[in-house]
Amino acid sequence: MSFFSWAWDWITQARNWHGSDSIPQQIVAHLGYSALPLVIAAVIAVPLGVALGHRSSGATGRGATAIVNLANASRAIPTLGLLVLLVVVLGFSPLTWLLPLVVLAIPPILVNAYEGVAGVDRDVRDAARGAGMTTWQQIVRVEVPIALPLILVGLRTAAIFVVATATIAAYIGLGGLGRFIIDGLASSQYGPVAGGALLVVILAVLVLLLFAVLSRLLVPAGLRRQERSE
Amino acid sequence: MDWSWIPGNGAQIWQLTYENAYLGIIPALIGLVISIPLGILAARWRWFYPPVLAVVNVIYAIPALALFIALIPTFGLTDTNVIVALTLYSMCVITPNVVAGLRAVPASVRQAATAMGYGTLRRLLAVELPLAVPVIIAGLRVAVVSAISLASVGQLIGVSQLGYLFIDGEQRAFPTEVYVGLVLVIALAIACDLVLVGIRRALTPWAVRS
Amino acid sequence: MRTRSRATWGLAAVALAAVATVSACSSSSSSSSSASGSSGSNPLSSGASGGSVVIGSANFPEDELLAEVYALALQGKGVKVTTKLNIGAREVYYPQIKNGTLSIVPEYNGELLTTSVDPSSAAKTTAAVNAALAAKLPSTLEVLNPAPAIDSDSVTVTQATATKYHLKSIADLAPVAKNMTFGGPPEFKTRIDGLNGLTKNYGVTFKAFDPLDESGPITLSALTSGKVQAADVFTTTPQIISDHLVPLTDPKSNFAAQNVIPLVYKPKMNATIISTLNAVSAKITTQALLQMDNAVITQHANYSTVAAGFLQAEGLK
Repeated sequence: MSFFSWAWDWITQARNWHGSDSIPQQIVAHLGYSALPLVIAAVIAVPLGVALGHRSSGATGRGATAIVNLANASRAIPTLGLLVLLVVVLGFSPLTWLLPLVVLAIPPILVNAYEGVAGVDRDVRDAARGAGMTTWQQIVRVEVPIALPLILVGLRTAAIFVVATATIAAYIGLGGLGRFIIDGLASSQYGPVAGGALLVVILAVLVLLLFAVLSRLLVPAGLRRQERSE
Repeated sequence: MDWSWIPGNGAQIWQLTYENAYLGIIPALIGLVISIPLGILAARWRWFYPPVLAVVNVIYAIPALALFIALIPTFGLTDTNVIVALTLYSMCVITPNVVAGLRAVPASVRQAATAMGYGTLRRLLAVELPLAVPVIIAGLRVAVVSAISLASVGQLIGVSQLGYLFIDGEQRAFPTEVYVGLVLVIALAIACDLVLVGIRRALTPWAVRS
Repeated sequence: MRTRSRATWGLAAVALAAVATVSACSSSSSSSSSASGSSGSNPLSSGASGGSVVIGSANFPEDELLAEVYALALQGKGVKVTTKLNIGAREVYYPQIKNGTLSIVPEYNGELLTTSVDPSSAAKTTAAVNAALAAKLPSTLEVLNPAPAIDSDSVTVTQATATKYHLKSIADLAPVAKNMTFGGPPEFKTRIDGLNGLTKNYGVTFKAFDPLDESGPITLSALTSGKVQAADVFTTTPQIISDHLVPLTDPKSNFAAQNVIPLVYKPKMNATIISTLNAVSAKITTQALLQMDNAVITQHANYSTVAAGFLQAEGLK
């Protein structure tokens, strides 16, 4: 398993943890490159998905097909290509790396938010309307809480995509864990290449754990029990 | 945008598109072939699925470039390297769908099949898998589209497909090349997606069309 | 039930098709893909009497151009050529030519020597570098005749910076480098003639290093926009002229001679290939190279077209 031995040797070398371009610095940079696009995508896609889901006629209607098709189509966009296009057209600007990652993160969040809300039982929705709740109350007090598990799944998926893909920001000279991969590749040092990749995977696993904790905290116990039995 | 560049480089563009299709479709199909038995086992043995899912999540988190590089010692700078990596990603996408599709078969249907005298294997092949086809193909669609798109990263280890147009376009500050590459990758992926939708319709004649 | 089992058969057919396609493709396809208009033939077939070769190139346009020039010249002489272009930095493709996966790579003698063959070498002139290469290259590899053309790494600044600090040679940077950021290809940080070489030979130590690209748009825009104050711009980069950049002189030869030179895998060579490559190299002058670079980089001309034009003009087609 030489990939791991390269990675381990490099990660455990003390000097890689100090100075400029050190591991902690690049981890922080990487988190920055990941968190901002994720937040922007969530701010756009969650309300949009929830609103569309609320207006839909259920989780398997035509609207659902359209949204799923749109999400599939956007998965076709090669992030590297989009990044390069923005470099050539925009040059150095925050938008250059932000836009591709936001485009990457929106589809999973949108689809899952939509399906979460659209999949809320007809009877429950009718009951909420019958109880005199305004649209806002229906959405916020009934539909979103029920849809929360799926919304969190969407956010989690998007988070993992973004953490893994933020490595290509290094291709245009930016920092983050991709820096170790690109620089190591350019100078044939497989330590940083393997180490950088391993750190990204570890970061992604941490994101998974974070979402597991979030889910435990936010999703009402009743829904979690129901989810597990399905 | 230099439109004249396109006809002037038609042969190269066609070659790269063909390569991209090859590098995208083959891994998805191989991923399918591996995912179906794997998914059947995971659906059957409840204890088997969580570890499989954990492994799948970890593999999917590996950045494509890093995976290509990890495979260099074994597969060199070849098409095979990219195909192996993209096959792994495809498996990550399709296997959960196989499991979900099989598990979504209502217990009543399974019981009805057993009551009609279907053995386990025949029930699997004649009832459960066919009913799971829409979900499996949904996974296959994601796998193919992602593979076609991700193959572009292969250019960073010298495996040429439409990603070459991105890299060369960037190196020469030539937006036309990048636009052409982008449009073709997206068009290719969407075309494959539509073909799979058509296949799904053909394979599930009982499904209600809206 | 016939209709439902149709779905299973359908799925099985798709799966079988996958297996069939894979086994068919893996047995007949060549593992190197051609990214250019030149022939994508199977490098394993040795039907042509001229032999067959795989030409690789590094990840920047000039090397790709040179690969095309050699490729077309060889094809004109009946050699079967497959190209594998834009692979990566030398550190990535060098192992591939050492093991014979690639047969020819257009190289630069000085960089080849100091990065992959003998990092401790002190050879600086063309003759010394070539002699060191001949002595130290692994037995499967050799370099052919060098071309007159030279494309060297450099320490380049903008006209404004040169005027402000009265910069003519790299040595002039010594007092001011500590306030400057240097930009270059990622490998510049660790190469022996990179940051370390500048410190060792000129006492020039920069405040910071920005890893950019191979003297491409990212490096150039970083330099012209002031994101970095000095950068490694390859000396045949057309934008040196169009952007009025100033490559500083290198009197102590931190960067050794950098002639264009074909690096070849000996077992794949024959008399035709060697004589053709040498004939082509003899005609590649710095001026010709700069002109070709201008065509492909600034005017976005097709690599094969420019290469063919060069060969035609030199009577080598």
